Amino acid sequence: MSQGVTMPPMRPVDVAVRQETESQTHETVFDIQGLQAGYGSNVAIKGVDLEIYRNVITAVIGPSGCGKSTFIRCLNRMNDEVPSFRHEGTILYHGVDLYGDGVEPVEVRRRIGMVFQKANPFPKTIYDNVAWAPRVLGLKKDLDERVEKALQSAALWDEVKDRLKRSALSLSGGQQQRLCIARAIAIEPEVLLLDEPASALDPIATQRIEELMQSLKQDYTIVIVTHNMQQAARVADRTAFFSIDSDEDGRYGVLVEYDETPKIFTAPSDRRTEDYVTGRFG
Amino acid sequence: MNLQGDRRLRRRRIVNRLAEGSATVAALLAVLVLGIVVWSIAKRGAGELSWGFLTKDLPLFGQPGGGIAPLLVGSALLVGIATAIALPVAVLIAVFLEEFASPRVGAAIQLCVDLLNGLPSIIIGVFVFGLLVYGHPQNGWAGSVGLSIVMLPLVTRATQEVLRLVPTSQREGALALGASRWRTVLGITLPSAAGGILTGTVLAVARAVGETAPLLFATSIFGRTIEWNPGHALPNLPVQIFIWSESDLPEDHARAWASALVLLIFVLVTSLTARLVLARTRRRMG
Amino acid sequence: MSAVPMTQELRGGRRLRDRFGDRLLLIVTSAAGLGAVVLIGFIAYKVIRGAHLALSTFGLPFVWHTAWDTNKNVFGAAPGLYGTAVTSLIALLIATPLALGIALFLSELAPRSLRLVVGSLVETLAAIPSVVLGLWGILVLGPFLADHVEPWLHNSFGFLPIFSGTPQSSGIFVAGVILAIMVVPIVASVCRELFLSVPPELEEGALALGATRWEMVRGVVLSSSRPGIGAAVILGLGRALGEAIAVTQVIGAGWFIRSSLFAPGDTLASRIAGQYQGAVSKLQIASLFYLAAILLVIGLLTNLLAQIVVKRFAFQRTGGS
Repeated sequence: MSQGVTMPPMRPVDVAVRQETESQTHETVFDIQGLQAGYGSNVAIKGVDLEIYRNVITAVIGPSGCGKSTFIRCLNRMNDEVPSFRHEGTILYHGVDLYGDGVEPVEVRRRIGMVFQKANPFPKTIYDNVAWAPRVLGLKKDLDERVEKALQSAALWDEVKDRLKRSALSLSGGQQQRLCIARAIAIEPEVLLLDEPASALDPIATQRIEELMQSLKQDYTIVIVTHNMQQAARVADRTAFFSIDSDEDGRYGVLVEYDETPKIFTAPSDRRTEDYVTGRFG
Repeated sequence: MNLQGDRRLRRRRIVNRLAEGSATVAALLAVLVLGIVVWSIAKRGAGELSWGFLTKDLPLFGQPGGGIAPLLVGSALLVGIATAIALPVAVLIAVFLEEFASPRVGAAIQLCVDLLNGLPSIIIGVFVFGLLVYGHPQNGWAGSVGLSIVMLPLVTRATQEVLRLVPTSQREGALALGASRWRTVLGITLPSAAGGILTGTVLAVARAVGETAPLLFATSIFGRTIEWNPGHALPNLPVQIFIWSESDLPEDHARAWASALVLLIFVLVTSLTARLVLARTRRRMG
Repeated sequence: MSAVPMTQELRGGRRLRDRFGDRLLLIVTSAAGLGAVVLIGFIAYKVIRGAHLALSTFGLPFVWHTAWDTNKNVFGAAPGLYGTAVTSLIALLIATPLALGIALFLSELAPRSLRLVVGSLVETLAAIPSVVLGLWGILVLGPFLADHVEPWLHNSFGFLPIFSGTPQSSGIFVAGVILAIMVVPIVASVCRELFLSVPPELEEGALALGATRWEMVRGVVLSSSRPGIGAAVILGLGRALGEAIAVTQVIGAGWFIRSSLFAPGDTLASRIAGQYQGAVSKLQIASLFYLAAILLVIGLLTNLLAQIVVKRFAFQRTGGS
């Protein structure tokens, strides 16, 4: 939104740019309606309505057990891997029902990348970690350039360019996580889902990941789950606060409030949000 | 927005289906082979099986009738003596490995136990022949020693596994009460591992009772009546099945099938029960 | 009331007895442990000692000589070595892909309820005594292969020497198939454990990149288990090399080297087992011991190799990069 620091001289261009930015900002990537999801007879989240916008960092926060991870794993159909997973409601991705007939989970995941809580580099070389998915997907042209570009976007290139053939397991925890981000963006997804990407990292590595997110925002729509409120406040444009509710179905997560990040942290409209962000919540 | 994938994805999906299909077929095939083996033995063996077959002496050569009572007695004796030899030694080895051995010594002994486990059983047969039979008449003791070498690594392994499952807190609890090491081992560790050791032994028995090679040079030339003295060659199921299977006479084949059915039922029932018990013990203990 | 008698009791009889008991337990168990080492050594000594006469008569050339003539008292191991190698190779060629498929089915594909059932059925296959499997092999499998499989192989690939010759219900090929049945459960169960030990995060990572399940298996599961799979196959090889009884029943006993797989033959183990009814001369007995000694060396080396591969693999996985 606040892109133009230096004003271009010609007004028509300026307006055009502004309009485009506006429309981009408001383009809906995910339109989630009445989502309920769970495993077996357990309901993990219930009644979630939410829109996620393009080229915006959306944070999902809330106490543990509120179904943040279940929620984000619905967005790229990772939950399909859990046999007992079930859901109701719809998730529209650019207007297409993600769980609709004929939709291929494999294609969904290829377009909607994911980075996990614990860095999970493959026991291969650094190069092969990034090059594996493009090879599998048939993006073999200019593979070296693709790998370099991905590593550069993940701000890792300078640290590893001399040891691309070394095992990825020789990297530090923070480097491994950035390698996983590079791995995810090497296949040029449209969205990046980050499931507590920095929870296992030290503050310096965390800061690097956060800076990285800001630069990735230009090209990707980012959804980040975090248990760290400060992190959400620092990086996210919009924040969704989940909390735990209970009824005859047991305990499950609900979406309490979803708004611009500053509003969530300074002027929340719901009591529960306020309790949580001010630290009064369990 | 198209989330159904392109032609390339369709091809990748087909490859995926093929791979998943082949893996499933492989699993089905293994189950099928088991089914066919068990079924053909049951079908061919059941006809011959009768009370008389189980209780009579072995048939005279070329004569109809007869039974396998001497084989049952002999096999029971052979395996019984083998268990009596292997069980205590195996438990002692396992206790040493789990409670006392330094990593280095432990690794060396563990390696020897694993090598014993991988030793072709015909080698054990030849070894026992050279040690206890060559220059003497065949005898049951030699056969039992051979089977005990087969059982030794199996029981050792099983005992080690349960000893590892005994919670450290139990041991420490006993030691903290001022109990000495040997009292802790004999009074706490081994009793709580007894169930697991027993099932491991039963599994080893199920394996040993069908072993032919260690007996081949030790106790394969025997009479047709029940023999109780392990100083003599003991008639036994596996060697007799082997002999009958090499015969050209259809009656001998029929006897082989029926004896194989008896052996198979014993082996499958004991090993399945032991496995079930073992799975439950594992779940209970850790 | 007074601490003195108790202290004395502590220091006195009980302590002595405990120290004695501890010492005794240590001595007895370590003797048993040492016994395992001695036993392996003693077996090797006895077998080689038994081969002494053949060793001094034939020397090393015994290994590549092909005769087994009880009249002329000339013996050699070559046909048995050939038979052992070929039957084991057939067994591994059939068993390895099947076992990998089974292991993948059990670890990655099958629903939880099926895993337990199918897994224990596969293990049951390993519990069938070899003499029973051999009986089935000679009376059921052999004739089936001779009637249905071998003619097809002969007609389709008869231009290859290995598939020339007439189909027979006992021979090298049947022995290889029986060995494959015995090897499959071993390799499958080791590989299943391997695949189950691949961290689920890695599998998720691959799937999240838009890989299909098979691509994930190839790229993550198989590739990170490669050395372990090697060890599993070597363990299977050890089993196939040494199996005596079932092979003796189905291989048809022939001490010669024929190019056709349908022809009868012998392995080291089957030749030893086949001579159980007694040998004519001392030299023949010594020659059997010589065969056993060769088998022992091969068997020990195979098992050692598997152990080494497993150890190095475990080291690699636990972070030695």
